[in-house]
Amino acid sequence: MSTNDIVMSIRDVSKRFGEGCEVCREDTSTLNGNICPNCGTVHAVRDISFDLHEGEILGIVGESGSGKSTLMKMMYFDQENTSGDYYLRSYEEGAENVFDVSSQKKREIRNEQLGMVYQNPLHGLKINFSSMTNIAEKLIAGGSRNVGEMTARGDMFLEKVNIPLSRKFEAPKNFSGGMQQRVQIAKALSNYPPILLLDEVTTGLDLSVQADVLELIKEIQREMGVSMIVVSHDLAIIRMLCDRTMVLLNGEVIESGITDQILEDPQHEYTQQLVYSIL
Amino acid sequence: MVQNFAFLDEHSKKEIRRKTLKAIAVPGYQVPFASRELPIARGWGTGGLQLTLSLIGRDDIIKVIDQGSDESVNAVNIRKLIQDTTGVPETIDMNEATLVQSRHRIPEVPLRPSQILVLQVPMPEPLRAVEPSERVTKALHGDKEYSGAWIKMFEQIMKYGHVTDDADYPVLVNGRYVMAPSPIPRFDNPKMNDNEGLILLGAGREKKIYAVPPHTHVASLAFDDHPFEIEDFSDKVCRESGVSGVFMDELIDPDTGENYYVTNDTSYMLEQLNKEEEHVN
Amino acid sequence: MGYVAVKGGKEAIEKSVEMYKSRRFREGHDIEVENIKTNMRQLINQVMSEASFYDRDLCALAIKQAEGNMEEAVFLMRAHRSTLPRLYYSTVTNTREMFVKRRVSASFKDIPGGQILGASPDYTHRLLDDALLGLQTLADYVTDEDEEEIEYEYKLDALPKVIDYLEAEGLYSKPEIDDTPPDDITKKSIEYPSSRSERLQSLTRGQTGAVTSLGYAEIRGYGFSTHPNIGECRVGDQPIHIGDMDGEEYFIGDIELTEIDAFLPDEKESSDKEDYQSEMTFNIGYGLTFGQNETKAIAMSVLDYSLSHPVENAPTTDDEFVLYHIDSVESTGFISHLKLPHYVTFQSKLDRMRQSGRKSE
Repeated sequence: MSTNDIVMSIRDVSKRFGEGCEVCREDTSTLNGNICPNCGTVHAVRDISFDLHEGEILGIVGESGSGKSTLMKMMYFDQENTSGDYYLRSYEEGAENVFDVSSQKKREIRNEQLGMVYQNPLHGLKINFSSMTNIAEKLIAGGSRNVGEMTARGDMFLEKVNIPLSRKFEAPKNFSGGMQQRVQIAKALSNYPPILLLDEVTTGLDLSVQADVLELIKEIQREMGVSMIVVSHDLAIIRMLCDRTMVLLNGEVIESGITDQILEDPQHEYTQQLVYSIL
Repeated sequence: MVQNFAFLDEHSKKEIRRKTLKAIAVPGYQVPFASRELPIARGWGTGGLQLTLSLIGRDDIIKVIDQGSDESVNAVNIRKLIQDTTGVPETIDMNEATLVQSRHRIPEVPLRPSQILVLQVPMPEPLRAVEPSERVTKALHGDKEYSGAWIKMFEQIMKYGHVTDDADYPVLVNGRYVMAPSPIPRFDNPKMNDNEGLILLGAGREKKIYAVPPHTHVASLAFDDHPFEIEDFSDKVCRESGVSGVFMDELIDPDTGENYYVTNDTSYMLEQLNKEEEHVN
Repeated sequence: MGYVAVKGGKEAIEKSVEMYKSRRFREGHDIEVENIKTNMRQLINQVMSEASFYDRDLCALAIKQAEGNMEEAVFLMRAHRSTLPRLYYSTVTNTREMFVKRRVSASFKDIPGGQILGASPDYTHRLLDDALLGLQTLADYVTDEDEEEIEYEYKLDALPKVIDYLEAEGLYSKPEIDDTPPDDITKKSIEYPSSRSERLQSLTRGQTGAVTSLGYAEIRGYGFSTHPNIGECRVGDQPIHIGDMDGEEYFIGDIELTEIDAFLPDEKESSDKEDYQSEMTFNIGYGLTFGQNETKAIAMSVLDYSLSHPVENAPTTDDEFVLYHIDSVESTGFISHLKLPHYVTFQSKLDRMRQSGRKSE
């Protein structure tokens, strides 16, 4: 990485489901959507590159099957990539491709340098453990061994995400969907990761709850200056949160730039459709 | 029927010894082995027994204890099988024994160099309570990812104000592997640290062997501000021998209905009583 | 004179063992092992299968010694097994050479070579036969001793398999021959994810009741929930050979086996990927046990299939869940160990309980 304010770089990242064949491994232009008509391999993500700058919110928008969630999963090591490089400024100053490090190192990176908020709180939380323990999980994984310090940090973040402290010993299984998302956000932020990943975090929530959660994310970004990647199928959410946006279709970036610019003057036919559908 | 010396056939013993060597080489790491069925039920000490049977030679002197007692029914039964198939002499004296097999206790007398303590293990996986799948726990050990063990304790502190794990309290061995020390009381955990003898742990049903070699660092998991606590007998005195500072059994006096305490390690208590008698004479 | 240890445990055990071992003689009717061998065939089949030890005489002895307790009899045989060096593996045996005593297909009305019912309790009426209160003879149960030999189209040790028919129809394609030597779970413990050879060995020596229950759960609603079709259920005698260094094979005897080919629908690997609709084909669930153990062998075939086709959240398709819990010696041993003294660990628990009481005061 060259520029100092780049916290994450993704270079030529691809993900295939299937072996691929002579035709589709060399040239993906013959694909039918993202599927190879010859061998049936799904090319979920194709040669994607981008940088994430310090303190910015980058949006990734696309319909289901566009590859946006697969891309997000690779960034959090929930899924292995097929090819490509991934650099983090916080890891060896961006000198090492973190796709290639050991699984132990990957866990360390996940625990200490990334925060993740999943669409489904079940994936991000142990819903039978207290909210406080859920937050501490991230801290413990990061090496903390002091209960008092961890609960103090937990209190602070629960307050930040507007969970009443009277409920900190309660398990998130008793909480509403919006509250569960807020606990997830508190957990993801608890060890001050430089990068926060948010995957369709408001999908499935009531509109008023959605607005609350989005407001919370913006507030956190302003206060903590954490860089974020927001994945969503909903352009309205992208418009509200993101400085820059990439539009994905069939595993490829078809358009990217300043969010306002994309919304005002979409170039690609597919983006035009997306934009006009929300107007 | 004619039986082999130490019951198992020689090929099996050799294989068990090979796995034991590996366990010693990687302290705290659970080495899988092809556990054999024994004439004693699975879950009744067959892991420990396979270690003992694979190691025992004609010059050994064996001591077998269960719940701190040489005379517990299970100890008697295991000792009988060892003696019937090997003919080696038995002892209750820790100073005489070369090979000690135990369930649920580490004796009060410290191990000496070249002495081997074999512990029987029901559940060798310290992460099992938080993760049921073996292939997952194996990967977690590989990555030294022990958050699960810590979270369990953290949650206990959140719920009850302190760690509620009782016996079989997890330890970190040599700074690398989190290990189940077998269901010994927490009182015995510190005895594993930097001890002089070789401690071998065998789980027959779960088919795992692991080890704490002499002078290995063994630390019970604890948070900085919630230190590890052993069972508290600080204000208790053994009614039989007057000793204190040992693990005690709690008993109820049938006449008064009041509870009283007796040293759990019976051979240690006997030794103390005999010393006292000599002293008096 | 110093203090000596109390010797209560030893004497108590000796007396307990004596009471247990002498009990049968107090009742006055000792039986010969030979009686068990001829009268308790199915018990012996079950013990041989769960012990993975083929020896009718020793299994009969084990049953007598265990007073008919299955878990004890299997345990005795497994313990004996541990004392025996394993000197040879048999050569690969092919069940097409089985001398068939019984063979039914549920999938076709008639099959090449014919349905052969053989000896089975399947079509008996389960009414207590009080004639057996007394001693009976062969003549009481045989209608016609001098029946004519039936002419078979095929020799009984060269019957075609039902699977051949499906293959000829293109509804089943044989997997490629895989000559990887099987893992031996008695020499190396299973490592997960398990191999198919590890699964088959573990299932065939599984506790009959456990294998049956899990197979039942699998088809009733916790896995693929499909009714498998029994393509072929065979019971017969299988010749076993061992080989020497020069590749010579020596016949060492016959063992009775039960073999199940269960047909289960599966998706076909399509070569034409333009067509996104899958084609259906049949796949095989395989069951094989020592002795006549038909229900267990069928349940085994169901689990063989389910463990190779995992479904999320279905415990009966999870190899760890199934294989860790079906072994008779392991499950009965661990459950029964709860009877052992645990007062040291209980003392530790008491300490924690009291601590928590103190904190809340």
